[in-house]
Amino acid sequence: MTKVKKTLNLNFGPQHPAAHGVLRLILQLDGEVVEKADPHIGLLHRGTEKLIENKTYIQAVPYFDRLDYVAPMNQEHAFALAIEKILEIEVPERAKYIRVIFCEIGRILSHILNVTTQAMDVGALTPTLWGFEEREKLMGFYERVSGSRLHANYFRAGGVHKDLPAGLDSDIDEFCNKFPKIIDDLETLLTDNRIFKQRNVDIGIVSKQDALDYSFSGVMLRGSGVAWDLRRSQPYDCYDALEFKIPVGKNGDCYDRYLCRIEEMRESVKIIKQCLQNLPKGPIKTEDGKISPPPKKEIKQSMEALIHHFKLFTEGYRVEKDEIYTAVEAPKGEFGVYLISDGTSKPYKCKIRAPGFTHLQAMDYLIKGHMLADVPAVLGSMDIVFGEVDR
Amino acid sequence: MKNLQDLEKYINSELSSKINNSFIKHDCVYLNIDHNELIDVTSFLKTNNETKFRQLIEITAVDYPENENRFKIVYLLLSHEYNQRIIIDYSIKEKEKITSLTSIFPSANWMEREVFDMYGINFKNHPDLRRILTDYGFKGHPLRKDFPLTGHNEVRYSEEQKKVIYEPVKLEQNYRNFDYESPWEGTKYIKEIKKS
Repeated sequence: MTKVKKTLNLNFGPQHPAAHGVLRLILQLDGEVVEKADPHIGLLHRGTEKLIENKTYIQAVPYFDRLDYVAPMNQEHAFALAIEKILEIEVPERAKYIRVIFCEIGRILSHILNVTTQAMDVGALTPTLWGFEEREKLMGFYERVSGSRLHANYFRAGGVHKDLPAGLDSDIDEFCNKFPKIIDDLETLLTDNRIFKQRNVDIGIVSKQDALDYSFSGVMLRGSGVAWDLRRSQPYDCYDALEFKIPVGKNGDCYDRYLCRIEEMRESVKIIKQCLQNLPKGPIKTEDGKISPPPKKEIKQSMEALIHHFKLFTEGYRVEKDEIYTAVEAPKGEFGVYLISDGTSKPYKCKIRAPGFTHLQAMDYLIKGHMLADVPAVLGSMDIVFGEVDR
Repeated sequence: MKNLQDLEKYINSELSSKINNSFIKHDCVYLNIDHNELIDVTSFLKTNNETKFRQLIEITAVDYPENENRFKIVYLLLSHEYNQRIIIDYSIKEKEKITSLTSIFPSANWMEREVFDMYGINFKNHPDLRRILTDYGFKGHPLRKDFPLTGHNEVRYSEEQKKVIYEPVKLEQNYRNFDYESPWEGTKYIKEIKKS
């Protein structure tokens, strides 16, 4: 009698706590070994790109918060940079520093979430509880500066919307003093933890070549030993004036990616501290009334300010005909905006390049031959957020 | 290549017959090619030691319904070694099939599926050309300019049938598209002042 090999098809998600959102993963299993993984995405597709084509440049900014909703401001940054480059707007120094501070806060927000949920996926609950307390404080900073904990709508072409409220800089500084201790605590729970290592070391290994071939970026690329960070290689805003290190992994497995994220959080704290020390005084957005709205005070006095205000929030500013690609180093990798403007106040085309999309694509390659229980570990270390994958 | 000017010259001399047009803007080389040359151009850029564009960043399309060549297909490449970016584009007619890049860059797979889904552009030799972001059984291609912003169908849970059902979109109020465009001079004058 010959044995017939039977494979089992398992439907993982779309409602599964370890799927990090709404991922439907169809797994072909031979016993407990995964033979094929077919991710079905798009369950959170909201047509962001289509909507942006129908909104003015100012109205398009909030859509960027809703992509990777774990680090909203990093994405607004890419869009703001694209418009600034086309219009050749000079951004005031203070605005650049404020933006970098909040980008790094976003990076910490995202990495805390990822590191702790990755730990939760492999069975450790405590880091999540500790980490989320810190995220709460960081979202408090978001709220104080923009009025909203998540969907900030704070970075605008030409600067930021409002200046830091009184006392915020010293509070962020105090957070930076205390936070490294929290990272140490998280590390005592995880870095040498036997179970955490068993579940992550040598799991989901990506070679250098494959990381390039699969268009990986961010930690997924650095974890495999490619020293590449857009903050260093193509610096934007004030990153070239700051000192920071870029942690690079060696083995390209889930554990190395975890270590990279931990180190990046420490570097982010250093960057924020440097920015706070050197925070220049001055305006926080370009003073050109054709692009940034005038202060409320002026609107009551000056006719011109009133006209500017009215025109900016109805018609919006026009962006001359151009084609541009700008990218920033978002916490999850290279987040880019490919923008085609046609001289009106609405983008003709706005393609959003989300890092998670290309990472998730490699799921089949990463998980082949692994056990079923490794699926959440690999998925966790890829740092997937469906807001940006599905757009 | 050390800088973008050299890179542009080098590409033009090596691939002279294949490049229609090239220029440098926004720290990036823009190349316009014929769509039959895609594989040759990209594999040259990927493998050549002077260029080393080893990573495909994105594939996308742009819809110009009024043009005879309706779609512009865009490829963004990145070279880590030389820290340079390149944007390749070409135009095709509406029903034309284009070559898949999956043989050179495996990551082109999903990007091309997205272009197929959003614009209805077909790819030759693609291993798995299915819709990716839209719903199962979705009709139409949302990012085409003639696709309405509100879509055609909406879903709701039907208490009678005990399942989610599809219905044509019913809006209490249509999407209001005001025309705010005015003879306002806009932002163009800023550059003119700077230059003078």
